[in-house]
Amino acid sequence: MNDNLYSYTLRIADDSLILGQRLSEWCGHGPVLEEDIALTNIALDLIGQATTLFEYAASVQNEGKTADDLAFLRYEHDYKNALLVEQPNGDFGQTMVRQWLFDTFRVLFYDALKHSSDTQLAAIAEKSLKETKYHCKHSSEWIIRLGDGTDESHTRTQAALDQLWRYSEELFFMDETDQAMIEAKVGVDLEALRPLWMERIQEVVREATLTIPTNNWKQQGGRLGKHTEHLGFLLADLQYMQRAYPGMEW
Amino acid sequence: MSTKEWPLWEVFIRSKQGLNHKHVGSLRAPDAQLAIENARDVYTRRNEGVSIWVIPSSEIIASDPDDSDSLFEPAASKVYRHPTFYDVPDGISHM
Repeated sequence: MNDNLYSYTLRIADDSLILGQRLSEWCGHGPVLEEDIALTNIALDLIGQATTLFEYAASVQNEGKTADDLAFLRYEHDYKNALLVEQPNGDFGQTMVRQWLFDTFRVLFYDALKHSSDTQLAAIAEKSLKETKYHCKHSSEWIIRLGDGTDESHTRTQAALDQLWRYSEELFFMDETDQAMIEAKVGVDLEALRPLWMERIQEVVREATLTIPTNNWKQQGGRLGKHTEHLGFLLADLQYMQRAYPGMEW
Repeated sequence: MSTKEWPLWEVFIRSKQGLNHKHVGSLRAPDAQLAIENARDVYTRRNEGVSIWVIPSSEIIASDPDDSDSLFEPAASKVYRHPTFYDVPDGISHM
């Protein structure tokens, strides 16, 4: 097995799975019917991406495991998603800030990953990029309207940005896995994406009349399996059926 | 949730190139751009369309149901307005 390729694919897959699961919590609770449908559409897109990525990771791992085994039957510290995506939904503003910080990153990431020398990852990136561009448009439009909306929506969105900003840095986390993948021309140099990301974030922040927090304290650990207290509760929901009724299908 | 509702929009979808946009329903959205996005999510998630139009429902000018008699009844007795007295040549399908 190619350990680096497996870990690399898993990190992308886990981001999609955990954020998809988070967004699906909005199902039936959206602020309006139209937004309820939009949020669950995006959740399904993300879980669809996760499915393809887990299938590929399982084939790279070559231990006879399925995509479901990887999605449902790992322990908390085996999940390698960024801390940002496991943060609770909070209010609609918090959900949208989390989504926008991530979507902006994901568009740039897939856009680079589609040139990967790994044809499978390149194909997944190419296919996912289209829907991710829509996700990013959707969340960016909301940030502008919420930030530049009423006093109430502005205050809440700024509070969400202040709260979640500390997790944004981790999107650019790189270690020896990334280095090996970059050398093999499989992976993406995240450092090169950072200024582009910042530029797009600042553009929306300006239009939304928000302020980027000056507090530079950054939290990371998710890529190494060290999570915030929120992931365990999410996994309890996500894994319950497979744990209670092993191997069940429906 | 605020008690003040967003404006209502009418949604028209073109199902494929060359066909007309057809009215498919309505939805609520705070402005035109989000109305398009909502329409995309609500009405095109099963591959229904290639183009979307939205217009504010308040901009629609409708005929008055009370005028139905004078507007539509007279046409009922004028069968000669239907071109049913011609023989359509073979091979012409869309008539």
